[in-house]
Amino acid sequence: MIGIIGRKLGMTRIFGERGKAIPVTVIEAGPCYVTQVKTEDTDGYNAVQLGFDETKEKRVTKPVLGHLKKAGVKPLRVLREFRDFELEGELQLGQEIRVDIFKEGDKVSVTGFTKGRGFAGVVKRHGFGGGPKTHGQSDRWRAPGSIGQSSFPSRVLKGLRMAGRMGNTRVTVKNLEVVKVDPENNLLVIKGAVPGAIKGIVTIRKQ
Amino acid sequence: MNKVDLVSAAQLKTDVPEFGPGDTVAVHVKVIEGDKERIQVFQGVVISRRGSGINETFTVRKISDGIGVERIFPLHSPNVTKIERLRRGKVRRAKLFYLRGRSGKAARIEEKR
Repeated sequence: MIGIIGRKLGMTRIFGERGKAIPVTVIEAGPCYVTQVKTEDTDGYNAVQLGFDETKEKRVTKPVLGHLKKAGVKPLRVLREFRDFELEGELQLGQEIRVDIFKEGDKVSVTGFTKGRGFAGVVKRHGFGGGPKTHGQSDRWRAPGSIGQSSFPSRVLKGLRMAGRMGNTRVTVKNLEVVKVDPENNLLVIKGAVPGAIKGIVTIRKQ
Repeated sequence: MNKVDLVSAAQLKTDVPEFGPGDTVAVHVKVIEGDKERIQVFQGVVISRRGSGINETFTVRKISDGIGVERIFPLHSPNVTKIERLRRGKVRRAKLFYLRGRSGKAARIEEKR
């Protein structure tokens, strides 16, 4: 598996074969640095920790700064772990990982945190139809309707879909196609949409 | 340059003629049927132009056999091979959707000189 950390920049379109418009997401991916290599002997599993997004030294806590110093890299804002990371050759601490590990046509999974929608009602959160808007109705147009029976069971069943916090959850979208790789500008162009807001941090992995 | 625009910069056309709402244009469209390719011309009045950069599109309306037909073209699509401006129209708004409700004499557009 290979992977990289990136920042979502936004969406646009590209004209592909036969002039077909392809919706794409542009991600500024890398350069990332290897900050820790975990092996079965030392940690019980194989993984690689990558760092992304250079920042000011004062913005990083001292414990993290010490950890980064061990790898010999500049202060980084984002650290993410990738299990069973496999790249040609042995991975060195502080090694730079760039977008060129991906190529056009690769199928990748993209993970990010979706936009937070706050306390959302049942229409937005679960796609309920809401109530009737006319025929003398009041306060019913986005209501959930009945939430259960009467004296039996005398309670609301667990797991019933109701209003509540929506979004800001970790979501992975699988099988997205890499349309273009631009190593010069560290850009990765992926077909389709990707979780999260613009400027959101996403991780891109390829099996 | 904005990094998102960088991706589409190479596909932007540089030879787009100046045209706007009210103008009569002939759009040369590449049509692919099976493995054959030919050019089809769609001629009509531009009633709208929207978007920017690679997302820019324009709408052309014409009356075909008495039925109004509108097509929306992505300005920078490689399938739009050529745009010819045949006549400049004098109009007072950017979107000419009011033409949809009119026909015959009422749908005329004065020529701009």
